[in-house]
Amino acid sequence: MSGISMPPAPKPVPPGYEPAFFPKRMGGASAGAAGEPRTRIVVVGHVDHGKSTLIGRLLADTDSLPEGKLAAVEKACREEGMPLEYAFLLDALLEEQAQNITIDTTRIEFRHQGRAFQIIDAPGHREFIKNMVTGAAAADEAILLIDAKEGLKEQTRRHGLLLSLLGVGRVIVAVNKMDLVGWQEARFRELEKEIREYLGGLKIPPREVIPISAREGSQVKNPDPKNLGWFRGPTLLAALLAGSPGGGSGGDAQGPLRFVVQDVYRFDDRRVIAGRIESGTLRPGDSLVFFPDRKSSRVKAIEAWGQPEGVKELGPGRAAAVTLEEQIFVERGHVGSHEEHPPVESREVRARIFWLDPEPLRLQAPVQLRLATQNVEARLVAIDRVVDAEKLEQKSGAREEVGRFEVAEVRIRCRRPLVYDAHDRVESLGRFALQQGPRLGGGGIILTAEYPARLARAVTGEHLTWTEGRVSQEARASHFGHEGAVIWLTGLSGSGKSTLAVALESLLFRRGIASMILDGDNLRHGLCADLGFSLEDRAENIRRAGEVAKLMAESGLVVISSLISPLRKERQAVRSACQASGVNFSEIFINAPLGECEKRDPRGLYRKARAGEIKGFTGIDSPYEEPESPDLVLRTDREKVDVSVAQLLQHVLGLVSLKEEDRESAEGPGGQI
Amino acid sequence: MSYLQTLEDQSIYIFREAFANFKNMAMPWSMGKDSNTLIWLAKKAFAGKIPFPLVHIDTTYEFPEMLSFREWARKYYDIDLIVIINEEARKRGVGYETHDPVTVTHELKSVALQQSLAKYKWDALVTGIRRDEDSTRAKERYFSPRTADNEWEYRDQPPEFWGQFTTAVKPGEHVRVQPLLDWTELDVWEYIRREGIPVPKMYFAQNGRRYRSLGCWPITKSVESRVDTIEGIIEELKSTKTAERAGRAQDYHERNAMQKLRAKGFL
Repeated sequence: MSGISMPPAPKPVPPGYEPAFFPKRMGGASAGAAGEPRTRIVVVGHVDHGKSTLIGRLLADTDSLPEGKLAAVEKACREEGMPLEYAFLLDALLEEQAQNITIDTTRIEFRHQGRAFQIIDAPGHREFIKNMVTGAAAADEAILLIDAKEGLKEQTRRHGLLLSLLGVGRVIVAVNKMDLVGWQEARFRELEKEIREYLGGLKIPPREVIPISAREGSQVKNPDPKNLGWFRGPTLLAALLAGSPGGGSGGDAQGPLRFVVQDVYRFDDRRVIAGRIESGTLRPGDSLVFFPDRKSSRVKAIEAWGQPEGVKELGPGRAAAVTLEEQIFVERGHVGSHEEHPPVESREVRARIFWLDPEPLRLQAPVQLRLATQNVEARLVAIDRVVDAEKLEQKSGAREEVGRFEVAEVRIRCRRPLVYDAHDRVESLGRFALQQGPRLGGGGIILTAEYPARLARAVTGEHLTWTEGRVSQEARASHFGHEGAVIWLTGLSGSGKSTLAVALESLLFRRGIASMILDGDNLRHGLCADLGFSLEDRAENIRRAGEVAKLMAESGLVVISSLISPLRKERQAVRSACQASGVNFSEIFINAPLGECEKRDPRGLYRKARAGEIKGFTGIDSPYEEPESPDLVLRTDREKVDVSVAQLLQHVLGLVSLKEEDRESAEGPGGQI
Repeated sequence: MSYLQTLEDQSIYIFREAFANFKNMAMPWSMGKDSNTLIWLAKKAFAGKIPFPLVHIDTTYEFPEMLSFREWARKYYDIDLIVIINEEARKRGVGYETHDPVTVTHELKSVALQQSLAKYKWDALVTGIRRDEDSTRAKERYFSPRTADNEWEYRDQPPEFWGQFTTAVKPGEHVRVQPLLDWTELDVWEYIRREGIPVPKMYFAQNGRRYRSLGCWPITKSVESRVDTIEGIIEELKSTKTAERAGRAQDYHERNAMQKLRAKGFL
């Protein structure tokens, strides 16, 4: 190993050296600092139809290569004793040069007549369709290449089909290698007719179909009157220039507001809801409803670092950091909307999907559905049809699975309500990715959304019964998507236990978490009808309630117990019983001072106790022992109900969520700040 | 909406997705223009508080001006900064005086990074790489998994579309998170000008020379330039066709050097 010829070592900095240069801040609207939109172009087509050569040609003809790059490739080609190969300009990786195929998506910038373009080179090999999907999903425009000699091949059609799913609206078809068919107009017209019919059937008719020869440089930048004199249309570059500059967010500023929550950050006393506007416009003072919980609050401010005055308006594509007037429970995955144009909330979607994973997507098998920042466990419940790329018709026979590289129309059912839009209404809320392992396995677009029918009523949970297996506690937890637990609310009469229990039960249920309230009064009408109010009977009442709660939690439910349960010893006994059976137990102290409870006196019981009509009433003439180390304390005298409910919900979600879902709770990442 | 704004919003989205999905992330920070742009974007993404540590891989061949910048920035941005040095390799005598640049870069940067990955168990690293830097980086993903051996399986990368990224890692693996992937060198400078982001003075001409890209001093050459303003840099960039990293010797030492370095874990 030999070193290099070393330059002289740099001198130490002089004392008082100021290392930073502060540019004068231009501000966002300043001319010249806006950047310019690049039109992102994906080049697709069957393998060996000339994609890399075309890209090399575009770069060379627009004089867009870095100095030395063309020279380096010329030299390399000379050394190998071959003519200049434009494709080599792209094939930066060793094995690509060896095999002469492009193996992954590459992006290259070029400029032409003042416009900036970015080429996304997507490989044509069947195995690399995932790279083609990656490239095409990011594109504003597609160039579909067809070899004039070979004509439409399997990947030509499949790429066309995928373009229609991926939302690439603009397509130009280039019929390449015209030199190899003697520049014949008849051959070109034949292919033009065929491809126009095919893409028309997919509802993505091409903007132009152009005969070219990338190798010869015909009709790419310059027309070729000698060989292609019969063609009246534009050159490929002229056609690209005729398209409007891309680079937009895709969302519609006038469309319905969709504010997708990425995270909730806590700073000092502030709670910042961080997310992105996918559609519509957000302004301070807006009244927002967050789905799927349908909690609403006004926007207090839209924050921006370094801008204490905040932001007055945000449109589609913009990152948002929002503070709310009311402290409602919001978490990653929620979607904020204006009341008048809400999204759809449902457990079932009809979609057209594409599948990339070698492992097929089977009916009834669990799969993660990722839509915006939602991540929901789902399963295919029906495969309505599998689309044949060749004929765009249904493949024969009933199907049990969607195989690799197939496109299918399916119905998917989710464990929890999914918030979405129809793909043609709000694009980014109408498409999703599917994931079976650590990688994305496929994706799809939502075909229909029943807005009016779904909006009027809250989504009610359908009971889900698709997991089989041993009925261990783990199996139950996996089945329900959450663990069972006993949530033991304790506090004085009138402290707010029942109110919180009812709210919690409903919120949990809406999340697909099976929950049930165990109410002290109700127990006394049945199971404990034989018990009075002596100290012994009250202790027995608590014991029975604890046993029932434990059994229900073992069966997989989240049991919310709402009993005064005044004595530490008795509450401890329930905790011990639960822990012995491996059941989650959480003691929640609903803390409101006696004076406050007495003032509320919702059922007039305190008044009766004071009047001596009720004996042994907790807090009046019977002791209440406050918990020494409760798992959570809620000060219902100081906090609004919504705030207490939000805290309670967070706590319970943290307790019952399965491990891989831990990070979806609001106490997850945001809580660390 | 301006294109720079689109880029900024997308980078912020990527930052937040990474932080929401990974438990223990960090951001290598080289103090260059891209690195400083990243700090700026992270400040915006997380409302002024960067909730993960920054990591400077100190090769011991740093320009004194850059070390001075490092200490200045630590205070200015209130960042949690971890400085790592591959002491073991330095003790073995690995250095530009005796070894070729590819070996030195691998040992003092990639191996140093790997050592700290083992120590801190980061599951995600935010990098400032851009697709326009060289042709291997053009093939990168926004979320790019690395094996437990810190290797990049560029032949078999996961698909990535519609803002859905690869967020699952096995123990020992990590994901490179690359918020600047779609930016160009020109975008970065335009954004620095738009926002007024402080950058090292070494980018500006002194005695007729300036640095376009900053690395270890024995292998980083300055270029001839009189440019001493951001506007000047932008003008110069618009007219040049010289590759940005032309001043970095390790890229040119042998054919495909960058490819080899990157497959082995180089940023």
